[in-house]
Amino acid sequence: MNGSRDLVLARIRTALADVPTAESPGGHPVARAYRSAHTSEDPAALRTLLAENLADYRATVHRTTSGALPALVSELLAARGTRTLAVPADLPPRWLTALHGVELVRDAPTLTAARLDAADSVLTGCALAVAETGTVVLDAGPAQGRRALTLVPDHHVCVVHADRIVASVPRALPLLDPRRPQTWISGPSATSDIELTRVEGVHGPRSLECVLVEPE
Amino acid sequence: MRVALFVTCVNDALYPETGRAVVRLLERLGVEVDFPAAQTCCGQPQYNTGHRRAAEPLLRRTAAAFAGYDHVVAPSGSCVAMVRDGYPRMGDRARAEGRGDALAAAAAALVPRVRELTEFLVDVLGVTDVGAYYPHTVTYHPSCHGLRTLGLGDRPLRLLRAVRGLTLIELPGAEECCGFGGTFAVKNEAVSVAMGRDKVDHALATGADTLCGADNSCLMHLDGLIRRQDAPVRPLHLAEILAGTKADRRPPR
Amino acid sequence: MNTAYLGMPTFPRAAAGSVRDTRLRANLTHATHTIRDKRAAAVAEIDDWARLRQAGKDIKDRTLRHLDHYLLQTERAVTAAGGQVHWAADADEANRIVADLVRATGEREVVKVKSMATQEIGLNEALAAEGVAAYETDLAELIVQLGEDLPSHILVPAIHRNRGEIRDLFREAMGRWGRPAPDTLTDRPSDLAEAARLHLREKFLRAKVAVSGANFLVAETGTVVVVESEGNGRMCLTLPETLISVVGIEKVVPTWQDLEVFLQLLPRSSTAERMNPYTSMWAGVAEGDGPRAFHLVLLDNGRTATLADQVGRQALRCIRCSACLNVCPVYERAGGHAYGSPYPGPIGAILTPQLRGLQSDVDASLPYASSLCGACYEVCPVAIDIPEVLVHLRERVAEEAAGHRRERAGVRAATWLLDHPAAYAAALRAGARTRRLQPERLRLPGAAGSWSASRDLPRMPAASFRDWWRAHRARPRDARHGEGGPGAPPFREGGEAR
Repeated sequence: MNGSRDLVLARIRTALADVPTAESPGGHPVARAYRSAHTSEDPAALRTLLAENLADYRATVHRTTSGALPALVSELLAARGTRTLAVPADLPPRWLTALHGVELVRDAPTLTAARLDAADSVLTGCALAVAETGTVVLDAGPAQGRRALTLVPDHHVCVVHADRIVASVPRALPLLDPRRPQTWISGPSATSDIELTRVEGVHGPRSLECVLVEPE
Repeated sequence: MRVALFVTCVNDALYPETGRAVVRLLERLGVEVDFPAAQTCCGQPQYNTGHRRAAEPLLRRTAAAFAGYDHVVAPSGSCVAMVRDGYPRMGDRARAEGRGDALAAAAAALVPRVRELTEFLVDVLGVTDVGAYYPHTVTYHPSCHGLRTLGLGDRPLRLLRAVRGLTLIELPGAEECCGFGGTFAVKNEAVSVAMGRDKVDHALATGADTLCGADNSCLMHLDGLIRRQDAPVRPLHLAEILAGTKADRRPPR
Repeated sequence: MNTAYLGMPTFPRAAAGSVRDTRLRANLTHATHTIRDKRAAAVAEIDDWARLRQAGKDIKDRTLRHLDHYLLQTERAVTAAGGQVHWAADADEANRIVADLVRATGEREVVKVKSMATQEIGLNEALAAEGVAAYETDLAELIVQLGEDLPSHILVPAIHRNRGEIRDLFREAMGRWGRPAPDTLTDRPSDLAEAARLHLREKFLRAKVAVSGANFLVAETGTVVVVESEGNGRMCLTLPETLISVVGIEKVVPTWQDLEVFLQLLPRSSTAERMNPYTSMWAGVAEGDGPRAFHLVLLDNGRTATLADQVGRQALRCIRCSACLNVCPVYERAGGHAYGSPYPGPIGAILTPQLRGLQSDVDASLPYASSLCGACYEVCPVAIDIPEVLVHLRERVAEEAAGHRRERAGVRAATWLLDHPAAYAAALRAGARTRRLQPERLRLPGAAGSWSASRDLPRMPAASFRDWWRAHRARPRDARHGEGGPGAPPFREGGEAR
């Protein structure tokens, strides 16, 4: 195996004989004249844009305040008919205070995919949200759980606090830790594989509900 | 202002009427035109078929033929694209192959002076109304090299809109290639013909009686298909529309 | 080498067949026009597209110019994050590495995320030969696999199939692979997607090994990025215990920040979205979350040979968005199978012959599979000048490939004529004189025959432009440019119309 490593590296060096030896990696210039955001970064405007773009990709968006969050969570799960709810182990307990008659499945490394498959819904927070693209980013951080948690149940309720919203992808990346596994989610799962026509709902959650928690 | 007509080999051999129309048009606009007879072909067929070295004598010939002219005007976006885009590449490659700067220098001396006809009219002469008369319905196909390599934009359409008596109808799928593509037309005959038939169908769907273009090589391909099916639309080079006036003794074709 | 493509006809022959297939033509026209209009709208939404495109090109060039450095950096970062890195010089070696890794787990089946690299090396066939079943989980790949078909598009491998064909296939074939489709299955895309969901879910839930490709590898952090829509990627990347990613060496980008460019360029170019539904990123293994073993197989398989061609290497900038396919008038009519490779369309026409070499007739025919209209270059998010590379590869074919000797001789003769205006003028004159004898519709031999089978030949005019000019316009000073040769007969103005 080492043989091929050396072989491939040697082939590359031969192929690049035209690159001046004095040029260092990173020496070739990159013109970063593009925008770091395409939108106003006023927080209220970002909230509205995020809501619009999420909805454009068929996520359902709810706007609420911190105080009203538990009641809204309860209402959304009741409307869905959820009886079993998967949650990250460190989900803020307050979010669940208005629930009645819902069985909780707490995330743990031993929680199997089959077990998760039996959960009706999953409730999490997120690391960030990107307004321009209508994206929520999960990085297995606080209130998010493992990647599988938000994947297997068919209904994902994701709570987005207003202070976690950024304008754009260039604004989001520096705030994220590349060592953490990440899932960027823009709407429910979808496919364009049949006649290049977009259909929502394949393997990932077919329903994504985002709850934007606005300043009171 | 010394202006040379770069008629291009296709027009020279097969469509001299287009060359004559350019002469008539430019003279009407007060431009004195020369035809340096040392010109032949720009070398695009050779270059695009993979015979770059065979195109080099034609680069040198073309550059020498037009030396000393302020403007070199061609009724073909494709041939102008070859000069503007292809010649500098040929010069660069020759240099990279250790064969000196002469070819690059010849290209550099010619490139800034070469204009496609509609560029010359709109950008150099500053006219869009050339005083033409053409009482027909016309749809316009923008050939790829003029459209994408040269960026001719709406220049041809602005010129057409100013023609008296002319009704311009938008061509559906105008920016799609007609399928000519030089040797592509014979090396990939089936696809070339399929593309051309779609283009002809789009032109027929407009109901226009004239399918106007600014590249006779593309029009030759479309004309071949149109005549084969006796379709009721006539391909015609833009220059021939712009050259015609009400005062002409001969009625416009 | 992927054996599925052995014995394919050359592009012109294959394309001539698909052009006649009216259903295929209708499917492709519908699909490509749908997506090309959406892409244009998605790109028009942001006003710095040209700048993003320039940055994408620059970053890829920066990587390629020091690819050895960035690969070693990637290897260090992935290893430090708990992953294992393997190097494969060619397809056979990559297949052997993957097969050995799967065998070491004791498993006999793997789930797969759609991956161009594993298509390219024929991994599924190689695993099957080792007794390992590989299940494709992307909807379009599933359609291709169930139909024992070949992919015909980079992003949408089953683009050549319409909804009715897919329904019939699901009803007929799904049961042989696992959970059957319901007998009542309709051709509504949402019902077809639901059938695929149910069929594959049991496979996801029991899978212990997954194989993926990657869209990007970040050298600085060892991050692997997989961009997808359906969630099958997330299933494969997070549920199994062992994950094997086969990634071409050109997929590296230097820094985490560089992703800000590609995560904007790729979704808008490929599916015409502001962002694709799911993007997964990971480095090595994460404690308690996802696979416990991660293997990265770095694949050469012709990439270093491509890198050695200073004009052709720009093809390695490709991020597999398939925008060039969707705007290509040749692809739209020929279909993806005509390209004889998992990489069809304009990018395939420059990538395949570079990865595989120009020796076979199929590969030598690909650089000519274009009218050079330039639509591909216009939409390419990393500014690959595909027409430039096509012309360059034609040059290599003309020089290297057998069977081009006659063309070379013909071109030399034509160039001689064009470089001698007197002889050229005489030839034009000879053509004009004999014009009444020339056929317009006869079947002619050679290239003229290819022209005249469906097209009338142009009518020769009474006189060339240059003879008209000399007879009517030439002033004495033009004689200095003179062409010499015999004097031309006088002509009357008004040659024959076309």
